[in-house]
Amino acid sequence: MATLVFLEHHGDELQKGSLGVLAKAAGLGDGDVTAVLVGGGVRALAAQAGKYGAAKVIVAEDASLEPPLPQARVDVLAKVVQDDGYDTVLFANSVLAADIASGLAARLDAGLNWDLADVSLDGGTLVGKRPALQDSVLVDVGWKATPRLALFRSGSFDAVETGSGEPQVEDVTVELEAHSQAAKVVDQQLEESSGPSIEDADVIVAGGRGLGAPDKFTLAEELARALGGAVGATRAVVDAGWYPYAAQIGQTGKTVSPKLYVALGISGAIQHKVGMQSSNVIVAINKDGNAPIFEFSDLGVVGDLHEIVPKLTQLLEARKG
Amino acid sequence: MKIAVCVKHVPEGHSKIDPGSKRLDRSGEGSLNHFDANAVEEALRLKGDSDTEVVVVSMGPEKAADSLRKALAMGADRAVLVTDAALAGSDLVATSRVLAKALEREEADLVLFGQQASDADGAVLWAAVAERLRRPVVSQASELSISDGTVHVKRQTEFGYDVIETKLPAVVAVSDAINEPRYPSLKGIMGAKKKPSDILSLADLGLDASEAGEAGSKTEVLALGSPPARGDARKIEDDGNAAQAIVDFLAEKRLI
Repeated sequence: MATLVFLEHHGDELQKGSLGVLAKAAGLGDGDVTAVLVGGGVRALAAQAGKYGAAKVIVAEDASLEPPLPQARVDVLAKVVQDDGYDTVLFANSVLAADIASGLAARLDAGLNWDLADVSLDGGTLVGKRPALQDSVLVDVGWKATPRLALFRSGSFDAVETGSGEPQVEDVTVELEAHSQAAKVVDQQLEESSGPSIEDADVIVAGGRGLGAPDKFTLAEELARALGGAVGATRAVVDAGWYPYAAQIGQTGKTVSPKLYVALGISGAIQHKVGMQSSNVIVAINKDGNAPIFEFSDLGVVGDLHEIVPKLTQLLEARKG
Repeated sequence: MKIAVCVKHVPEGHSKIDPGSKRLDRSGEGSLNHFDANAVEEALRLKGDSDTEVVVVSMGPEKAADSLRKALAMGADRAVLVTDAALAGSDLVATSRVLAKALEREEADLVLFGQQASDADGAVLWAAVAERLRRPVVSQASELSISDGTVHVKRQTEFGYDVIETKLPAVVAVSDAINEPRYPSLKGIMGAKKKPSDILSLADLGLDASEAGEAGSKTEVLALGSPPARGDARKIEDDGNAAQAIVDFLAEKRLI
């Protein structure tokens, strides 16, 4: 297998989701894995990829490639796949990566399996695992031809440091298509976030309507701080203006799978469930004992979160000493 | 100006997979994918009372005409349905090929998509279609405006917002935060029946059956299984010691 992994970066940071996919690809153990970095000033990030299992890093570095737009990246990947004969290209889902994967599929007439939660090699055949229909079914999907393209749900794999060697770094220069250069980013408004971003966080404390009022999000924030985690929110409270969209988890927000997910005053509607149910451990506090969230929680606590959460935060802070 | 909106007819209620064909069961009632209603609404908002033409385009079973009729009732001017027995089982590569062919005939200035399909949760089609049309694409648009032949988009990302501009013709996928779709009025529903609708086959698009459906697809469904169940779940009532119980649980799971 000749595998290529698209590494996404934001500023000077490689995104954990794509490093997780890289580590997974290396862990499959069938041939060397190459990572691709595209942007302005990305060569400096290449060495890091070695730690996650990349034997080689292909760098397309140019200031014109820095804006986070998909189509120029399709040009880069298409050239690399065609020139070097890669048979498998893997992506960690994001707003940017989804558009790159889909554009590349059309460019190469290659099969793209999206929303995968896992992948395995069954007797040399690559098989993708896709939870479907609100995760009630687990579908095994395959590819009829190469190149094979796969887009993984965010948080599918831990970014485990597997390799140690310095990767070989190779530069590539790509002639961009006219339609790939048409869109321009004229402004960026980046949300300031105090803690880790929710997609990268090991712990998420999420708040829903049950918090009762926008200012009660401080309960979630304080608990998140005590646990070293990030704050998430349901669509209902984001729509109500209690918390920014960047924190929204669910079908129309982000899909997360942290090690620990603490749901405060969240009923667990399907809209929200699809965005967080692959979390390792789910703890829910809700005063309604019949709330659907208890059906997929590892620890369900029926009670008043306004009583429980401050005590919990205090106990955790005390433990940390 | 001409705006084409791509819409999908999705099964109503809880979707099922047919174990025989391993495809989504589309035999029951269906409706307009609600995320696509945002795209139709945005097209109508951009049109306002100008002479812009809004064409709704769908690929699907014959019953998809119901969803197109709803879009016409909302205010779209014309509908195009691509339907053909050979389309069943189309994956991204095949679907984008067929849809791009149908859109090429329209030569629209702007092609709009909704943010995802509510049945299969697909959220990638626009980028493949844009690539085949060789047009710029912007997704997750939460605000959209057009001036002097340039489209301005506010795109939501994981990190905040990007403001992106591109010259028409272009492809844009709107987020469901962009607007609140209108309900068709009685007058709109009555009028929809009189609006022009084209029904096209693969042959009408100059495509061979081998280029669509399962034959034209590069991915396949191998097997259906059940997702792994959660381990031993616990549920407690707060007796005043719930906070301590949570701490003990987290310690036991080695999370703190």
